[in-house]
Amino acid sequence: MSSGTLASTPIRTQRRHSGGGGWLALSLLTALAMAVFMWASLFHAKDAVNLAGVEQLAQRIFYIHMGAIMGALVAFLMALIGSVIYLLTRNLDWDRVTQASIEVGIILGISLTLAGSIWGKPTWNTYWTWDPRLTTTTFTLLIYIAYLLFRNGIDNRYTRARFSSIYALFAFLSVPLTYYSARWFRSIHPVVFNGQNADAQGSFSVGASMTQTLWMATISFCLLFSTLMILRWRQLRLEDRVALLREELES
Amino acid sequence: MSVSLPVDQPADYIEAAPLVVQPVTMRTDSNVRSYWRKVWYVAMKDLRIEVRAKEILGVMATFSVLSVIIFGMAFDLRVPRSAMIAPGVLWGVLLFTGVLGLNRSFSAELDRGTLLALLLVPVDRSAIYLGKMIANVLFMVVVIGLLLPVMLFIFDVNLFHPWVLLALFLGIFGYVSVGTLFAALTASIRARESMLPILLLPVLAPLFMAGLTITGAMIDGRTFSSIQNWLGMLVAFDLIFFTAAIMVFDLIWEDI
Repeated sequence: MSSGTLASTPIRTQRRHSGGGGWLALSLLTALAMAVFMWASLFHAKDAVNLAGVEQLAQRIFYIHMGAIMGALVAFLMALIGSVIYLLTRNLDWDRVTQASIEVGIILGISLTLAGSIWGKPTWNTYWTWDPRLTTTTFTLLIYIAYLLFRNGIDNRYTRARFSSIYALFAFLSVPLTYYSARWFRSIHPVVFNGQNADAQGSFSVGASMTQTLWMATISFCLLFSTLMILRWRQLRLEDRVALLREELES
Repeated sequence: MSVSLPVDQPADYIEAAPLVVQPVTMRTDSNVRSYWRKVWYVAMKDLRIEVRAKEILGVMATFSVLSVIIFGMAFDLRVPRSAMIAPGVLWGVLLFTGVLGLNRSFSAELDRGTLLALLLVPVDRSAIYLGKMIANVLFMVVVIGLLLPVMLFIFDVNLFHPWVLLALFLGIFGYVSVGTLFAALTASIRARESMLPILLLPVLAPLFMAGLTITGAMIDGRTFSSIQNWLGMLVAFDLIFFTAAIMVFDLIWEDI
C-alpha cells in the first residue's frame, strides 16, 4: 500500500492544477442546497397536527436540529476513519482530514445543541435536561474540544498527528458507553426513529412533506459538512506547505 | 537561494514512513512469569520512589480531604440530608484527585530524566504500562482508604458496603487504565498538568454515572438487581479501555 500512496501523488497534484475549481462548484452547490432546505423547512413542510401555538412554530427547528445532527454524525465518523487510517498509513493528509472534520463537527454540534435548547424551552419548559442524547452530545463535544486543545500543545507535526489520532480513536470508544449510561440515568427526549419512550414530551408524527424536508436537511447538511471540511483540509495542507518551505528557506 | 523541495509535491510523501502494519503482540519472550516479574519491577520502582520521596500520595490525600471539606461546607446549609450528596462528593473527589497522581506518573520520569532509561529497558512497552498502572491503582486505593473514613466523619454516611467497594475498585481500574495512557500522551506536551483532566474527564462519563448510581442505590438500601446493569457497565468499560490501551501504548514512543 506504500507504493499505492506514492502512485496517487501525481494524480492528486494533477487534479489540483487542472480541476482547481472543484471546491468552488461544491461550495455553490452547498449554498443552493441550504437555500432550498431553508425554503422547505419553513414553507414546504406542513404543520405538526397535534401541536399548537408556539410549540407548533418551534417545531420547525426540528429540521435544522436534525440536519445538524446528521452533519455532526458524518463529521465525527469521518474523524474516526481519518484517525484510524492515519495510524495505519502515517499519511499526514488523513490527520488533516480528522482535524478538519472535528472542527466542522464541533460547529455543527454546538448549533444542534443551541437549536435544541431553543426548541426545548417552549416544548419541555426548560433549556436543558440531563437526557441521554443531550448528555452524550455534550460529552462528545467536550471530548472533541479537548482534542483541539491537545493538538495545540504539541510542536512536532508527526507526534501531534499520532497522539491526537490515538486520542480521537480512544475517546470515541466511550461515546456509546456514555449514551447507554445516560439512557439508564434518565430520559424525556422523544425517540424519532425506531423506539418508544412513554415519558417523551413534544413528540409528533412525521408526514410525507416532513419526511421530504428531513431528507433535504440531511443531504444539505452533509453537503455543508463536506464543503467546509474540504476547504479546511485544503487550508491546513497549504499551511503545512508554507511552514515547510519557510523551514527550508531558513536552514 | 535554492528551494530543494519540488513545489508541486506535497511534503508528506517525502517524509512519511512506509506503511508497516505491525501486528500487536505482547513480547513476553515466551515466558509469562519473567514478563510479570518485569511488570512488578516497574511497579515496585514507582512505589519505592513514592515511599522515599513522598511526592504523590501526600498531595493526593491532602487534596481529597480538602475537597471533601469544601463540598461539605458548600452543601451544608442547602441540603437537608448529607446522604443525598455523598455519592456525588465521593466520585467527584475521586475523579479530581486521581488526575493529581496520574499527572506525576510520567512527567516525574521526564523531570528526573529517567524516562529514556525506562524506555530503553529491554521489556515490552506494555510491561511499562502495566507496571505504572499497578502503582497508580495502589495510590488510588490508598486515597480511597482514607477518603471513606473521612466521609464517614464529615457526612455521617457509611460507605463500607461490599458493592460500593467493588464499584470503587472497578472504577479505579477503568480510570487508571485510561489515565495511565493519557498521562503518557500528555507527559511531553506544553501545559501538560492542565491538559490531562480536560482529556480524561469527558471520557470517564460512563464510569462516573455508574459509580454515582451504584453508591446512591446502596445508600438508599436498594437491592442488588437495581445495580446489576451498572456493574456490567463498569466491567465493560474496564475491559474495553484496558485492552485498547495495551494495544495503542506501543505507538506513543516510537520516535524516541
